[in-house]
Amino acid sequence: MKTGVPWKAITIMAVMAISGLTALSAGADEVQSLRGVQVDEPVVMEPTARPKNERMQRAYRQQPPLVPHKVAPYQIDLKVNQCLNCHDWSNAGDHNAPTLSMTHYTDRDGKQTDAVAGNRWFCTQCHVPQVNAEPLVENEFKSSSER
Amino acid sequence: MNTKNEKPETAKKGNIIQRCWRFLRKPSATLSFGFLVGGGIIAGIIFWGGFNWTMEMTNTEEFCIGCHEMRENVYQEYKETVHYNNASGVRAVCSDCHVPKEWGHKMLRKIQASNEVLHKVLGSIDTPEKFEAKRLQLATNVWKAMKTTNSRECRNCHDMQSMDFVVQGTRAAKEHSKGFKEGKTCIDCHQGIAHSLPANAYKEYKTRITDVYHNKQ
Repeated sequence: MKTGVPWKAITIMAVMAISGLTALSAGADEVQSLRGVQVDEPVVMEPTARPKNERMQRAYRQQPPLVPHKVAPYQIDLKVNQCLNCHDWSNAGDHNAPTLSMTHYTDRDGKQTDAVAGNRWFCTQCHVPQVNAEPLVENEFKSSSER
Repeated sequence: MNTKNEKPETAKKGNIIQRCWRFLRKPSATLSFGFLVGGGIIAGIIFWGGFNWTMEMTNTEEFCIGCHEMRENVYQEYKETVHYNNASGVRAVCSDCHVPKEWGHKMLRKIQASNEVLHKVLGSIDTPEKFEAKRLQLATNVWKAMKTTNSRECRNCHDMQSMDFVVQGTRAAKEHSKGFKEGKTCIDCHQGIAHSLPANAYKEYKTRITDVYHNKQ
C-alpha cells in the first residue's frame, strides 16, 4: 500500500491543463458553430408557425388592399358588418387598424357621411384575404411596378 | 280489542295529506331496519340516477334542437361556425356554452329554463320573424350572463393561461394580451361567435353591457 504523492496523476493533469490553455488561446477564433454563424452573433429566427398579419404590397395601382388576416368568422350581412368593429374610423384607433379611406364615406350622390356608404358595405367584394398555398395553375402575372 | 277498533278510525281521520303525514311519522312495526336502510339506499340510487339522467338528457344537442325554434334559427347559424365544424372535429354543443358545468350554477340555470318552457307555450319566437324581432333581447341576455360570470362557460375549455401567443397570429396575439391586461372577458370582443348578431351589435353591446357594467364599478 503506497501512500506517497501521486506524481503520475499530477503530471498528467498538468500536461492536460497546459495543452488545453494553449489550444484555447490559439484557436479561440476558429471555433465553428453548427448554426453557420458565430456563437456570439445574434440571430433573429422567423417564427414559422405564426401567421404574419402585415400589410401586403399592391400588385397594381388601383388594387384594393388585400386583407392580411382570416375573414371567415366575421359576419357581413344586411344587419351587421364586423369588419367595421376595427376598421371604421370611430374604432380604428383602439385596435391600431387601418381606417377605411374617405372614399368609403361618400355615398352615390357624392355626399360625405359619418357612417360607411351603402355601396361600400360589403368589404369582401373588393378586399380579399390570401391563402398561403401553391397556385392551382401556372401564373405569369407580374406586378406593374416590376415590369 | 280496543286497539283493533281504534285503528281504522284514526286512519280515516283527516284528508289525504294528513293521512300520508301520519303514515310517514309512524315508526315501522313490521319492516326490519336492514330492509329500510338497504331499500333506502337502492331507492336513492334509482332516484338520483334518474334525476341525473334527466339533467344530462336535457343537456344534449338532440334535446335542444327538438324544438323548431332552436333547430330552424340558432342551430342553422351555429352549423356554419368553428364550434360545430373545424379541423380537429372537437365540438362544443349548445349546453357547453349555455349551461354551467358546476352543479349549483347548473341547477339555477335549469330552474331559469322554466321561463323558456313558458315562452315555448306562449309561442314567443315560433316564427323566424318573431325570433328576429327578439334577437337583440335574447343576445343581450346571453351577453349579460357571460359578462357577469367572466365568461365562465367559455373558460370551461379556453384557458387564458394556456394560450400560446406565439402560435397565434400577430394580430390575435397583440389583441389578446392587450385585452387581458385591460381586464376584459371573452364576451367583450367575441360576440356572435356561434350565432348571427342582431343589427348594430357592436354599438348595442357597448351601450347595454360595457357602459352599464363599468358604471357599476
